[in-house]
Amino acid sequence: MRNTFRAMAGAAAIAATTLWGAGAQAQETIKVGILHSLSGTMAISETTLKDVMLMLIADQNAKGGLLGKKLEPVVVDPASNWPLFAEKARELISKDKVSVVFGCWTSVSRKSVLPVFEELNSMLFYPVQYEGEESSRNVFYTGAAPNQQAIPAVEYLMSKDGGEAKRWVLLGTDYVYPRTTNKILRAFLNAKGVADADIMEEYTPFGHSDWQTIVANVKKFAGAGKKTAVVSTINGDANVPFYKELGNQGIKASEIPVVAFSVGEEELAGLDTGPLVGHLAAWNYFMSQKSPENDEFIKKWQAFIKNPKRVTNDPMEAHYIGFKMWVQAVEQAGTTDVNAVRQAMYGQKVKNLTGGVAVMNTNHHLSKPVLIGEIQANGQFDTVWSTKGLVVGDAWSDYIPESKKLTADWTYPWVCGNCEKPKYAN
Amino acid sequence: MAFGRAPLIATLLGDTGGQILLALLITAAVLVPVLNLAVPPASAFHVPTYVVSLTGKYLCFAMLALSLDLVWGFCGILSLGHGAFFALGGYAMGMHLMREIGDRGVYGNAELPDFMVFLNWKELPWYWHGFDNFAFALLMVMLVPGLLAFVFGWLAFRSRVTGVYLSIITQAMTFALMLAFFRNDMGFGGNNGMTDFKDVLGFNLQAPATRSALFALTGLLLAAAYVVCRGIVGSRLGRVLLAVRDAESRTRFLGYRVEHYKLFVFTVSGVLAGIAGALYVPQVGIINPSEFSPATSIEVVVWAAVGGRGTLYGAVLGGILVNFGKSYFTGALPEAWLYVLGFLFIAVTLFLPKGIVGLIPGLIHRRRTALRKKQAAASPLAVARPHTGEVR
Amino acid sequence: MRSPVIAAIAALLTLVLVLPASLRAETAEELLAALAADGFNEKIAAVERIAASGDDRLVPALDALLAGDLYVRKDDNVPVIGKAQGSTVVLRDALSGSEIGQAPAAELEKIRINNRLRGIARGAIGGLTLFSADPAKRRTAAKAVFAAPQEGLYEVLQRAIERETDADIRSQLEMALAADRLALAAEPAERVAAVAMLAKFATPDIRNLLGSVAQKDADPAVRTAAVDALVDIEKRLALWASVGAVFQGISLGSVLLLAAVGLAITFGVMGVINMAHGELVMLGAYTTFVVQEVFRTRFPGAFDHSLTVAVPLAFLVSGLFGIAIERGIIRHLYGRPLETLLATWGISLILQQMVRSIFGPTNREVGAPSWMSGAFEIAGGLVLTYNRIVIVIFSLAVLAAIAIVMRKTAFGLRMRAVTQNRQMAASMGIRTGRIDALTFGLGSGIAGVAGVALSQIDNVSPNLGQSYIIDSFLVVVFGGVGNLWGTLLGALSLGIVNKFLEPYAGAVLGKIFVLIAVILFIQKRPRGLFALKGRAVEV
Repeated sequence: MRNTFRAMAGAAAIAATTLWGAGAQAQETIKVGILHSLSGTMAISETTLKDVMLMLIADQNAKGGLLGKKLEPVVVDPASNWPLFAEKARELISKDKVSVVFGCWTSVSRKSVLPVFEELNSMLFYPVQYEGEESSRNVFYTGAAPNQQAIPAVEYLMSKDGGEAKRWVLLGTDYVYPRTTNKILRAFLNAKGVADADIMEEYTPFGHSDWQTIVANVKKFAGAGKKTAVVSTINGDANVPFYKELGNQGIKASEIPVVAFSVGEEELAGLDTGPLVGHLAAWNYFMSQKSPENDEFIKKWQAFIKNPKRVTNDPMEAHYIGFKMWVQAVEQAGTTDVNAVRQAMYGQKVKNLTGGVAVMNTNHHLSKPVLIGEIQANGQFDTVWSTKGLVVGDAWSDYIPESKKLTADWTYPWVCGNCEKPKYAN
Repeated sequence: MAFGRAPLIATLLGDTGGQILLALLITAAVLVPVLNLAVPPASAFHVPTYVVSLTGKYLCFAMLALSLDLVWGFCGILSLGHGAFFALGGYAMGMHLMREIGDRGVYGNAELPDFMVFLNWKELPWYWHGFDNFAFALLMVMLVPGLLAFVFGWLAFRSRVTGVYLSIITQAMTFALMLAFFRNDMGFGGNNGMTDFKDVLGFNLQAPATRSALFALTGLLLAAAYVVCRGIVGSRLGRVLLAVRDAESRTRFLGYRVEHYKLFVFTVSGVLAGIAGALYVPQVGIINPSEFSPATSIEVVVWAAVGGRGTLYGAVLGGILVNFGKSYFTGALPEAWLYVLGFLFIAVTLFLPKGIVGLIPGLIHRRRTALRKKQAAASPLAVARPHTGEVR
Repeated sequence: MRSPVIAAIAALLTLVLVLPASLRAETAEELLAALAADGFNEKIAAVERIAASGDDRLVPALDALLAGDLYVRKDDNVPVIGKAQGSTVVLRDALSGSEIGQAPAAELEKIRINNRLRGIARGAIGGLTLFSADPAKRRTAAKAVFAAPQEGLYEVLQRAIERETDADIRSQLEMALAADRLALAAEPAERVAAVAMLAKFATPDIRNLLGSVAQKDADPAVRTAAVDALVDIEKRLALWASVGAVFQGISLGSVLLLAAVGLAITFGVMGVINMAHGELVMLGAYTTFVVQEVFRTRFPGAFDHSLTVAVPLAFLVSGLFGIAIERGIIRHLYGRPLETLLATWGISLILQQMVRSIFGPTNREVGAPSWMSGAFEIAGGLVLTYNRIVIVIFSLAVLAAIAIVMRKTAFGLRMRAVTQNRQMAASMGIRTGRIDALTFGLGSGIAGVAGVALSQIDNVSPNLGQSYIIDSFLVVVFGGVGNLWGTLLGALSLGIVNKFLEPYAGAVLGKIFVLIAVILFIQKRPRGLFALKGRAVEV
């Protein structure tokens, strides 16, 4: 038995050194952890984010690094396996001693690593739109909170330009983000005078691929004589068959518009968008948005990935903003120490790719503009509406009674992610 | 059949691989906590806390693989749904840990877990009652998976569902459970499952001491589970199980109530898997429906096969090694680890039909004697039958 | 001071400038230019004026507007039709349609539209093309006018109905006329008549329209008429809906069948627990993608034939992979069927990662040929999509082809001989090794063919195979291992049961019930629907 162990260990060691040249790093570097699934169900979305991080880090190194040191990316594969996310987070922090981690996509992966980051007091940048109802001292949320995506989208559909929808189908994958978003939306719609009878809520499993019945039901529901709109929080892989079914059953955007919160340029890249023209998405970023920063970002990205057709999307911008903010905060603090960098993060400003400036708030959420775009035949979005200014990301929704009373503010005197009163009261 | 009547001690005495395993497990259970807690971090002998938790996780998986090997290696029941028992045990423990959070959740509700608050639930569903009591939770950890295994086995074995049919319906079972637990309406936290546990029996789960204690407990329970399994397969009952595995119909014609034997061992195996799940949750910090996914259960089969089926200690070794490999390669080779794992599985099947333990030279001698004994014991039953499609 | 005078002159000037435009008809050029307005409201006004003008020279411009091909030249603010080719845009005059050269994309601005504008523009095109020589255009026009009634179309519609020769288009036009009356007629009696007219047709569109009338119309008599009509329509629609559910079930069943039928050979006939089956399906889907890429770049005109090419190619690709897997690995494992599970699981991991390395982890676009896009409406809102119909037919064809191969060819005979009694077959001179490889290749090839079909309804991503593997095994086991008819019946019945449960239980619970039902069914019939009889049963 022991022999075998020794043989195995020896083999592993030889393999490690010969194949992957795990040579010791001579020069001291600042390590940046990248915690995105490269295999399994989420690889489809997350691999791109790993690549974007590698690009941003390479870019920063080309500019001379940070605090006189080079940045060193540490990539691991949590394989779309939620417990493995926690394990890999611990490995990055405890073993690789990274200064910061950029990662996670699904809410459950974030929930899985959250205790690890809090226990070891490290820092995570989370780039995806999510359901809110959370504010951790150790996480910066650079994606949209529900009030930065869902509510403006519904308001748009209620407006004259959006078609004055009166009846609503809330369609989602059965997990916490759609559930919460729809709960917030229902409360919002009720507040706007929409009766519960005019709201249909429907949940499907992950990777649902047979949408015939549901799309037919949507048509039926829309047949009640009121303008109907669909709010889709369908996640990931299930979107492609859903949109294919929509297109084939001839649901036109001018009759029943579908607004989605999880469908971006990457998802559309796998689709013939011809039949989908006019359906909507709400994000904080669209690739089609014109600005010098965006043009440069797209050019760099396509050069980095060596594919002139690769698209950019909202979570990529979120990582772009998050990374830049972290770099600025480290420079300002003069150290990568988590506590110092956290303090320096507040109020940090970075130019959005879409024009305007994103600001990091003390609730660890960004202020960003909200854009609503219509799907075009070329797989891009055309912005049809945008907020005038920035919208402050709200950790705790005002439309859920239990969370309305909670405040997230990590500066004095609050210093709390979910409190009803400040921690330090005089 | 004299061997079959031998007391447990004698059985263990004849099991060199098991002795080494037990020795290693007990040593680790004592040594690792000491090296983690008593040795200063600067020392070369210090074991970091994350290694403790990680190894603890491997041991849980090893116990799961052990429970599968008990039914697969010794009774020919290939369960592609063992992850379900593991996950159910995990959920039972998770529910207790969830209740122990009390009012420290984000919404500060002492009664309801956060996910219920946020689904607008007003009171605790009936099936959550009692889980605030640790003893009750422990009972459920064993009872729920055990009951599922019993009912499922009773149905399946009584109607003589065997072979691939059994494998596929176990897979359907775990798949159905996964879909059910994904539903938020079930009241188990949906896709997010349960996470952010604070403490167990009042001990902070994030404290190194608690982690070390959990690790030691896992090591010792794994050792105990091994002894139980060895005891079962070494007993008279174990000989019948082997007969069932090798020629079920003949055993039945000899007058044995085959389904009773199968049901017994399947239920024991389910309970063991549940205990493994319960140990897993506090160390990993999350339980969610992906543990029910059919792929997870298939992986368990892979662990047992890689380690060496039908040896018990082989399954334990496989559970530890494959998962160690997974941890290592996902960090060292994030883009290519699936190739490594895939080739490993193929190589093991082609070149190491007896798994890794088949390699161990020191055991050759023992294997020979075992083989002789086995031939003596089972020759009337076992007949070589190539390519009949029988599932083993 | 001087201001009154100036104000008067200004007012006069405005009158002179503005009046003529509103008094005399605007020219086509002026109407076109109005489309370049900034706000959506202004653009909508422009489209409405175009509709009122009745000038069908503006139809191409509106078509281009809908297609997103209408641009404004930045230097002279004239709308032109453009087709982007890389960074340059080929321009055509919006009115005459003649080519007017190219321009770099930077010099043009696309005229943006939104859904409201889209609906109104469609209606306008409809109004302008009611007399088109092309029946298809007239049909679209009638539908568009139905969906978006406009002022001043009443007489036009009446004339169109008189001149229409096609009965189906005529009834579409009559519906449009009735919708027009419902929306615009001042007399309640006229609206009641329109309701009665519409009540003859039971389509979801009409239910939709009448539903809105029943709630919104000012006159109670009209509302009552609409409510009465609705009751009847609902009844007829409900009938069709259950027919629809059967079709959806058959369609889901045919997808399951396609996914499972290859497995019915490799697993059912050969006894190999082939966990890489899903990945072989995936390879077929990626073959389709590659074929389509070649078509897109080389023969864009023949895109509709891409699937015809993809089917045999996918069969070859997956089949060759299958033969390689059999020769390289599985043949060493005969007699140890469960170890094939382990090895093929390894293969599936490798194939997934391989596809990820080559094609990237993101979805790949597989387009639908035109003959598979869209849907046709049978009656009463029963919409059958072409791609589903094609898949149903295709799956049956595949099954029939396999049945013929197995029953009527020499290869099929040998195959059955080898699987039933290997030693005997070998002693009769059959090269069993070769037959094994070919059989496995056949099953794998069929999986590839299934991938072509699945690429039409699902993601083409490295995870494609994983989502079908469990269902496939379930279907084969439910139907009875080793029996093709069992696979067919198993797939169809699972599909239909699923689709009938779904409306009541929801997608998730429906699926759970089906799984439990299968588990319980296996207790009743431990060898599936069609158990093999004879010696092969006792294994």
